[in-house]
Amino acid sequence: MTSLGILAAEMTNTEVWVTNSFFLAIAAVSILAALKMVTTDNVVHAALYLLIVLAAVAAVYVILGAEFAAATQILVYIGAIMVLLLFGVMLTRAQIGSETDLDHDQKWIGALISVVLAAVMGYSLWEAFSDAKLPDNRVPQGTEAVADSIFGIYIVPFEAISVLLLAALIGAVVVARRD
Amino acid sequence: MFLNQFLFLAAILFCIGVYGVLTRKNGVLVLMSIELILNAVNINLVAFGSFNQDIAGQVFALFIIAVAAAEVGVGLAIVLLIYRNRRSIDVSEADLLQG
Repeated sequence: MTSLGILAAEMTNTEVWVTNSFFLAIAAVSILAALKMVTTDNVVHAALYLLIVLAAVAAVYVILGAEFAAATQILVYIGAIMVLLLFGVMLTRAQIGSETDLDHDQKWIGALISVVLAAVMGYSLWEAFSDAKLPDNRVPQGTEAVADSIFGIYIVPFEAISVLLLAALIGAVVVARRD
Repeated sequence: MFLNQFLFLAAILFCIGVYGVLTRKNGVLVLMSIELILNAVNINLVAFGSFNQDIAGQVFALFIIAVAAAEVGVGLAIVLLIYRNRRSIDVSEADLLQG
């Protein structure tokens, strides 16, 4: 039975239908915003389109039942990284508005590479996982389980990440400091 | 819910990010495209974590978010340094290593 046939049969279930509709809306919004982000000629607009993509990814996490990852996505990406990128725009170029010289001349090579990449990945995903379904009785992976896991078996990588963040902080300060 | 619908979304976002990295000349826009790529990978991790009912996917996604924060901090410091030295953040002009 083809995947599309299973999908049609599944659509009779109201809950799944609602979830799938939400997913399709979120996916369409995020893909359109990502396309606008890489083609717009305004750096600030690109940052705002990236904001939409990041929020849509957080919504995808919620659909998958990963509530802590969604909260972290909003706090870290939308709260911190976005502000950092806008600071970068502000500090490197005072001009707010359309610019003409943001892209390379040979854009078609990049487009060709990404289309080929999409075709290869799409084909292999279709071959490998076309029948794989998320379990119907799946439970949301809550914050408690994440905390148990991070401060249990993943305590060593967690400490390594802490040291890495400290090193990156000091490194960024040293590199960007005016002498 | 199919696993593939999440994987396809992630693959499409990844390819759009690759296009951005390859075509943009502005250093800050290249960093934004890299963030897009990292987010696409995170969707994959969380989707497989939900598929296998294993918490490891979400934990690894959190690690990637932390590494992305470090990466964008250092990356922006480098971009600022290039701007200060050359009055331009055009990455195609930073070609001192070319003979």
